[in-house]
Amino acid sequence: MNNFIYTENLTKSYGNIKAIDNLDLQVERGEIFGFLGPNGAGKTTTIRVLTTLTRSDSGFASVDGFDVRTEPEKVKKVIGVVQQHLSLDRDLSIRENMEFHARIHHLESSKRKKRIAELLEYVELTEYADKMVDALSGGMKKKAAIVCSLLHEPKLLFLDEPTVGLDAQARRRLWDFMRRLNNDGTTIFLTTHYIEEAEVLCKRVGIMHHGHLITVGKPAELRKKLGAVAVETLVNNKETRCEFFQDRETANNYVQKLPNDSATVIIRDTNLEDVFIERTGEKVGDS
Amino acid sequence: MVTNFFSDTYAVLWVDLRNMRRHWKSTIATSLVLPLLYLVAFGYGLGQGVNVDGVSYLAFVIPGIVALTAFSISFNGAASKLQVDKFFYKSFDELLMSPVSSYSIVIGKALIGVLRGSISALAIYVVGFALAAPTLLANPPFFLMLLLSCFVFALFGVLIALVINSHQSMSTFSTVVMLPMTFLCGTFFSLSQLPDVAKAVLYFLPLTHVSNLLRTTVLGQPFPWLSFVGLIVFGFAFFVGCMVALKRSSV
Repeated sequence: MNNFIYTENLTKSYGNIKAIDNLDLQVERGEIFGFLGPNGAGKTTTIRVLTTLTRSDSGFASVDGFDVRTEPEKVKKVIGVVQQHLSLDRDLSIRENMEFHARIHHLESSKRKKRIAELLEYVELTEYADKMVDALSGGMKKKAAIVCSLLHEPKLLFLDEPTVGLDAQARRRLWDFMRRLNNDGTTIFLTTHYIEEAEVLCKRVGIMHHGHLITVGKPAELRKKLGAVAVETLVNNKETRCEFFQDRETANNYVQKLPNDSATVIIRDTNLEDVFIERTGEKVGDS
Repeated sequence: MVTNFFSDTYAVLWVDLRNMRRHWKSTIATSLVLPLLYLVAFGYGLGQGVNVDGVSYLAFVIPGIVALTAFSISFNGAASKLQVDKFFYKSFDELLMSPVSSYSIVIGKALIGVLRGSISALAIYVVGFALAAPTLLANPPFFLMLLLSCFVFALFGVLIALVINSHQSMSTFSTVVMLPMTFLCGTFFSLSQLPDVAKAVLYFLPLTHVSNLLRTTVLGQPFPWLSFVGLIVFGFAFFVGCMVALKRSSV
C-alpha cells in the first residue's frame, strides 16, 4: 500500500462549524506533502485527527494502514509530530526534553544516549544541549522540537507550520533539514502559510478551504492548469487584477491590447498563491 | 505489558521529578508556610488549654493540619504542573500522542503530587510530633493512611486539571471547593459538634475521611473502617474520572 495517509469522507465539527468536511486525502510514502490553507481552513484539525489527538465525527482515516480510531497505539508508533506551538517543557534543558521523549517512545536505555547525541549532532545543537529551552533562539527551539519528534525514528513526520516566526535564514536552514530528513526516508506532512515553502519543498500540495480539500496535485501541475504565465494589472491605482495564460506569447499579446493608460503591468510565472487565490478567493494566511 | 506500565509511569513521573529537583528548596519551603501558620494560629494561639474529644487541642489539631497539608499539596502538586503542561508548554499533547497508556499517564501525573504531599505532610507531622510527642504516635497505619490520602488527593488534582480548561475556572474551583473543604472537614474542629445534617454533607467530602483516619491512627483510637472504605471509594471514583477525561482528550 503506497498511501501512507488515507482518509475517506473524514468529517469533524465543532458545534455548527465543520472544521473538516468529507475530506478525501492520500499522502504517498516518501513524499513531502504540503497542506495549504488560510487560518481556520481545517489544517490543524486534520493533523489532530491523524495524530490521534482528536476523534473525528465520521469517515475513515488511516496512517501506515492503521485505522486512526481503532488502532491509535499502532499509529502513535510510526508518527512524529511537531506542533504549531512549541511543545517543549521549558523547565527542562534540550537534552532533558529529548530524554523525556525517548522514554515515552520506549527507546531502550542502552540506545537513548547514543541516539540523543546523534540527533544533537545532526542539527548542530550539541553545544546547546544542556541549555534551558528559553535560552535558545526561535530557530534552535524549532530544531529541538523536531529532533524530539525524531528520537523514535518515525516513518512519518507531521510538521504544523514549522517555520512560523522564524527569520528568512533560519527558515532556509530548516528547509535544508527537512529535505535531508526526507532524503533519509521520512515522509513529511507539512502545513504552511508560506507559498514559497510549499513550492520549494513539496512534491505535492493540497489546498484546504472551509474544511474542504479544494485541489491537490504537484505544484507545477496546479500552476499549469491555471496557466503558466500571469499578468498582473493595477487598475485605477486601487485594485490588482490577474489574468493567466498558457505561454508568454499569449500573455504579451494580451498586454499589448491593454489600454495605454493602464497602470503597472507585471508579467511573471504563475505561482501557488495564484492557484490558491483563484480557487478560494482569499490569500493564504487570511482568516 | 506490565514492564511497559512501570517504565511508562516512571517516564511520566521522571519529567516532573527533574523539574522538582531543580526547584526543590522553594517547592518544599512554600508548601510548609500555610500549615505552619495554621499550627501556630490554631494550635497555640486559639487552642491553649482547650480539650477536644478527650485530648489537648494541639494534639487534636495536628493530625487535622497534616490532613489538610496532604490534601492541598498533593492536589496542587499534581494539578498545577499538569495545567502548566496543558496550557503553557503544550507538552501534555506530546504524552497523548505517545504510546504511553492512559493508566501510566494518570498514575505518573498523580505520583508527583503524592511525593510532594507526603514530604510536606511528614514535615508537619515531625514538627507536631516534637510539640505533642506523648500523645501522638508514630505507627505504621498512620503512615499508610497518609500515603493513601496523598494518592487519592493527587488523583483528584489530576482529574480537575484534566476537566477544567482555564486558569480562571481553576481559581474559582479552589475558592469554592478547596477552601471550604480545608476548614470544614474535621481539620480544626470535631464533627461531633455539628448538627446531623451538616455532618452527613461533610461525609461526602474526602478530606473528612482523611482527617478522621489520620487523627484516629495517630492518637491510637479505634480504626474508622467506614472512613477507610469511603476514601477507597473516592480514590476509585477519581481514577475512573481521570480515565474518562483522558479518553475525551484524545482518540
